[in-house]
Amino acid sequence: MAATPETDKKVVQAICSHVEADFAVPVREIDLPGVDFAFDAGRGQYGSIGVLSMVQRLCPADALKILAITERDLFIPVLTFVFGQAQLGGRAGVVSLARLRQEFYGLAGNDGVFMERAHKEVLHETGHLFGLVHCPDQRCAMSLATSVRQIDGKDAAFCERCSAHLRRGPTGSS
Amino acid sequence: MKTHWQILVVDDEEVMCESLAAWLREDGYVVDTAASGREALEKAQKKDYAIYFVDLKMPGGMDGIETMMQIRRLHPEASIIIITAYATVDTAITAMKEGAQEYIVKPCNPEEISLLVSRIVRVKNLQRENTILRKKLTRQYTVHDVISKNAKMQEVLRLAREVASLRSTVLIQGESGTGKELVARALHNSGDRALKPFVAVSCAALAETLLESELFGHEKGAFTGAAQQRQGKFEQADGGTIFLDEIGDISPKLQVDLLRVLQDRSFYRVGGSQEIRVDVRVIAATNVNLQQAVTEGKFREDLFYRLNVIQIRIPPLRERREDIPLLADHFLERITHELGKEVDGICESALRVMMDYNWPGNVRELENAIERAVVTCRQPKLTEEDFLFLAPGATEGRTWSPPAGMSIQDMEKVLIAATIQRAGGNIKESAAILGIDRSTLYEKIKKYEIPR
Repeated sequence: MAATPETDKKVVQAICSHVEADFAVPVREIDLPGVDFAFDAGRGQYGSIGVLSMVQRLCPADALKILAITERDLFIPVLTFVFGQAQLGGRAGVVSLARLRQEFYGLAGNDGVFMERAHKEVLHETGHLFGLVHCPDQRCAMSLATSVRQIDGKDAAFCERCSAHLRRGPTGSS
Repeated sequence: MKTHWQILVVDDEEVMCESLAAWLREDGYVVDTAASGREALEKAQKKDYAIYFVDLKMPGGMDGIETMMQIRRLHPEASIIIITAYATVDTAITAMKEGAQEYIVKPCNPEEISLLVSRIVRVKNLQRENTILRKKLTRQYTVHDVISKNAKMQEVLRLAREVASLRSTVLIQGESGTGKELVARALHNSGDRALKPFVAVSCAALAETLLESELFGHEKGAFTGAAQQRQGKFEQADGGTIFLDEIGDISPKLQVDLLRVLQDRSFYRVGGSQEIRVDVRVIAATNVNLQQAVTEGKFREDLFYRLNVIQIRIPPLRERREDIPLLADHFLERITHELGKEVDGICESALRVMMDYNWPGNVRELENAIERAVVTCRQPKLTEEDFLFLAPGATEGRTWSPPAGMSIQDMEKVLIAATIQRAGGNIKESAAILGIDRSTLYEKIKKYEIPR
C-alpha cells in the first residue's frame, strides 16, 4: 500500500488492515512522492494515467501488487473523473479518496461513511489487479460504481462468483 | 456475454485511446485501439467490431466522420459513437445523419458511457438472438434436404435452390406424405423472400365457398356471418409466398379466380369492389396428375400452364429407399427428445423391416411409424417387434380397409379370434399383442363365444 504525502496516515493504516483481512496477504506501507506533476490546470484535477505510471515505477521488486491511495481528484481524459484506476491483471493501481468524502458534495463529514467507501473502492481496484472485471451483481464490490450512491449500495465484499475467480489464484504481475 | 462483442477505440491521442480502452476492459469487453482512421479501417477489415468509439478530429486526411462512413460500408450493423471535445450543433447533426449511434462530448460522465455501451450491447444481444432463431427456423425446414442421399431428391433440391429467388410459380408434384410442403418451405427460406410471410392453404380442407373467402378475404356483410372485413391468405402473404396445397381439388370457379390472380396479381375480396394488388410468389402442390385432369376436363388447361412454370417432382419414399435409415434416425432423435424417452437406436432387424416396406404414405407414414414404435418399445433400441403393425404383406404395400357394414363388436370379435389363432391359442401372448390383460381377454372370449 502506498500513499501520497497529503493522505491521512490513519486512513491508510485502516485500509491496510482491511486489505490484509480481505485478501489474506501481508501488506506493507510505503510513502510516495507528491503527484503535482499530474495536475491539469484546465481541469483542476490530476491525470490518473500519469499517477499510475509513477506508482508502477516505484513498486518494490518484492511486492506482488501496489495500490496507491491519494486525496487528489483523479481523471482520465475521456471521463469527468474516476474513483480509481488499476491495471487489469497487472501490478499497479490507484484510489482517489477525494470524491468519497461527504464534504466533496457540500455535506457534513461522516468518517464512518467515508471509510466504508474507501474500503469498497480499495477492494474494487485491488480486484482489478487480480484480474476481476466489473460484476453485474450490484451488491458485489466489483460492480461498476459511477457515483457514491452506487458505492454505498455495494457490499464491502466480493460475490461468490468473483470470490471463486479469486480463489483460482491471483494473476501474476504484468 | 460481454466478450462476444468487441470494441475498437479510434483516437490519434494515445493517452485518450488507451485510457478509454482500459476503462472498457475493466468492464469486461475485448477492446482494440487504432491511432488513425486508416488504421481503424485496416482493423475493421479483419474483425467485425460491434462498437466503435471514434474521435471526431483526427489528422491524416480521414476524420471521424469519414472514418465512420467507411466503417459503415464494411459493417452496416456496427454501432459507431463519435466522441469529441469540440462539440458543435453542425458536427453533431452531420454525425447523426451519417449514421452515428451517439455523439458524446468528452470528458463525459462515466455513467453516461457505461449506460450507453450496455444499452447498445443489450440491443445487439436481442438482434443476435433474433438472427439465431430465424436461422434455426430455416434449418428446420431444410433438414430433409440435408438428409437425403438419393440422386433424384438431390436433383429436386438443386432445382429448388436455383429457383428459390425467382418469382416464377412452382408446381410441386408428389404422392401424399412425400414432403411437398417441406420442399415449398425450403424453397421459400432459401430465397429472397425468406424473411417475408409463408402462408400455407390446404385447398382440399375447405368447402368451395369457405375456400374463396379464405384465399381472397371478404368484406363486412359479404355473406351471413361476415361480421367484419377479413384479409385473405393472398393479402397475408403479400411480399412473401403462398403455398396452395392440393391445388388439384379446387372447384372450376376457384380455378378461374386463381387464374386471374396469377395473370394480373390482383383480386377482389368476396363481396368487395376494390381491386387489391399483391406481390406474392405462388407455390402449388398436388398429388393428382394435373395433366390427366386437364385431359379429362377437370382442370383448366390455362391454369395448369400458369402453375406449371417450374415443375418439381418429389419421388415417393419407395424410390429413395437409401434415405429410409437417415430419415428414421432423424425422426427417432426428434421424437425421443419430444417425448423425453430414451431410445438408443434402431436394430438391424427393424431397419430391414422398414427397408422392405413400400411406404404408401411415404415420409409422413415413416414418421408416424417411428413415433408409434418409440411409444410402444420396451427395449433400449427399436426392434423388429416394434414394427409388427406394418401390415402383413407389407412388401406389396397394401393399405388395409375395413370391410363395409361391420360394427365395432364384429371387428373386435374378428380381431381377437385372428390374434388367438396367430398366437397358436396362447392367451398370454394374445393378450400382450392386443394390449389388454388376460382377465379382460377371457371375458371377451366368453362374450363373443370365440373357440380356442
